[in-house]
Amino acid sequence: MLVVGVEAFPMVGIMAVCAGFILAMQGASELRRFGATQFVVDLVTIGFTRELGPLLTAIAVSGRSGSAFSAEIGSMVVTEEIDALRTMAIDPVDFVLAPKFLAALIVLPCLTIISNACGILAGGLFMRLSTDMAFSVYLRDVVHSMALRDVMTGLVKSLAFATIIVHVGCLEGFRVHGGPDAVGRSATAAVVKSTFLVILADLGFTAIFYLTGGK
Amino acid sequence: MAGALGETASAPVISVRDVVVSYDARHVLDGISLDIFRGETMVLLGGSGSGKSTLLRQIIGLERPQSGQVVVNGVDLAKCTPRELKKLRRSMGVAFQNAALFNSMSVEDNVALPLREHTLLAESTIRLMTWMKLAVVGLAEFGKLSPQELSGGMKKRAAVARALSLDPEILVFDEPSAGLDPIVAAELDELILGLKQAFNMTVVVVTHEMASAFRIADRMAMLYNGSLIAVGTREELERSSHPRIRQFLDRVPDKTADTAAFDQYFQEYMQGDSV
Ligand SMILES: Nc1ncnc2c1ncn2[C@@H]1O[C@H](COP(=O)(O)OP(=O)(O)OP(=O)(O)O)[C@@H](O)[C@H]1O
Ligand SMILES: [Mg+2]
Repeated sequence: MLVVGVEAFPMVGIMAVCAGFILAMQGASELRRFGATQFVVDLVTIGFTRELGPLLTAIAVSGRSGSAFSAEIGSMVVTEEIDALRTMAIDPVDFVLAPKFLAALIVLPCLTIISNACGILAGGLFMRLSTDMAFSVYLRDVVHSMALRDVMTGLVKSLAFATIIVHVGCLEGFRVHGGPDAVGRSATAAVVKSTFLVILADLGFTAIFYLTGGK
Repeated sequence: MAGALGETASAPVISVRDVVVSYDARHVLDGISLDIFRGETMVLLGGSGSGKSTLLRQIIGLERPQSGQVVVNGVDLAKCTPRELKKLRRSMGVAFQNAALFNSMSVEDNVALPLREHTLLAESTIRLMTWMKLAVVGLAEFGKLSPQELSGGMKKRAAVARALSLDPEILVFDEPSAGLDPIVAAELDELILGLKQAFNMTVVVVTHEMASAFRIADRMAMLYNGSLIAVGTREELERSSHPRIRQFLDRVPDKTADTAAFDQYFQEYMQGDSV
């Protein structure tokens, strides 16, 4: 199961690098007008640790693994493997969902950290290329503006996202009825629903953190 | 096997009473009643789509009937507690129509799975028991392979080995011979006969192969249009004069192709200028 994480690593990494560049570029183009380019560092650091890191990772994983979960379980329903588990007096949910859930709870925070790192480094690279800010200065500023609280809220989010992705994927799989075409449809539904729910949950979390004064 | 001595021979192990199952208002099973006794091999016969697998799913408690009841070993499947159902399921081995082996595990691990889940046996004991079950079905040297590397017949035999792993009192087998060549199908028949002799199991087999049914059955039940039209020994079925049973036994097709209509259509087609 941990293979999920290792294989998703390049995709998450590249997405984060791109997003880091985008954020830095957008930030720089706006902030330059106020001559406040050094705030780009804050923008990238806080944006990634709180928001983009967990969210991008969750969307990447829901696309890769959410669909894979539902397809795997859906085909087990079609081939009567789920029925076989039940006749062996083994709870299919325990047997199939639990290990995936556990793996996702480990993998998503790890990927989120990697994603944060990639995004922030990409921001640094951009600053190095576009302005004359040295990489070491950038890193020092990053450390300065990075708050433990931000990193932790990001990781809490990623745990919630993991729960959503695994449960939506697996439940879509268990709901498969009929033939192989239903498996394909369930995979699509799993991605659509889990992406939607991830963003909804993110909104909820951000609102909670905002209202509880974390700013 | 355990429990076989204390009970009277006349009490059915599986008792199906007036079971009705319908999908979208269409009765697939329309008030079925059937008793299966300890140590007998019951073969469920019937055409494709006649509801054989549906009846089997009722017997193993995978689905609930709309009305009627299924009682196995004195326990009503619809009313029992999850605990009782679990216990009951451990005394039943089921081999599904398409084997339903887990592709992510080796054949050996598939067979060992119920033991690992339900017993506290040491790994070495489990390995030995697994090997013995595989040997019973003639797959002793294939344990390390993945199910995908087995042929259709081997998969079915592996599914039987897995069904046997907890030494069930009842073995349920959906379509052992479907899609297999006659030699492998015959081997599976012999396997079922051998298992029954060796372990005095109650066996329920679904098939539409008459030859296989006659070889292994103590009694047979024929499903047609949601009802059982005959239950009895092979002699009783052979003597029956019910037109559907005769049709099944004598392999008469339902409708003969209407050659006259085809000729007429063909003539019209040739004469018309639609080409
Ligand atoms: N889940 C379901 N939803 C709707 N209809 C179903 C369902 N399961 C079975 N049926 C219908 O019930 C009827 C009996 O199906 P069943 O699988 O029991 O047939 P069978 O006798 O096992 O046939 P075969 O020999 O082809 O395996 C079929 O007409 C099928 O269309
Ligand atoms: Mg069937």
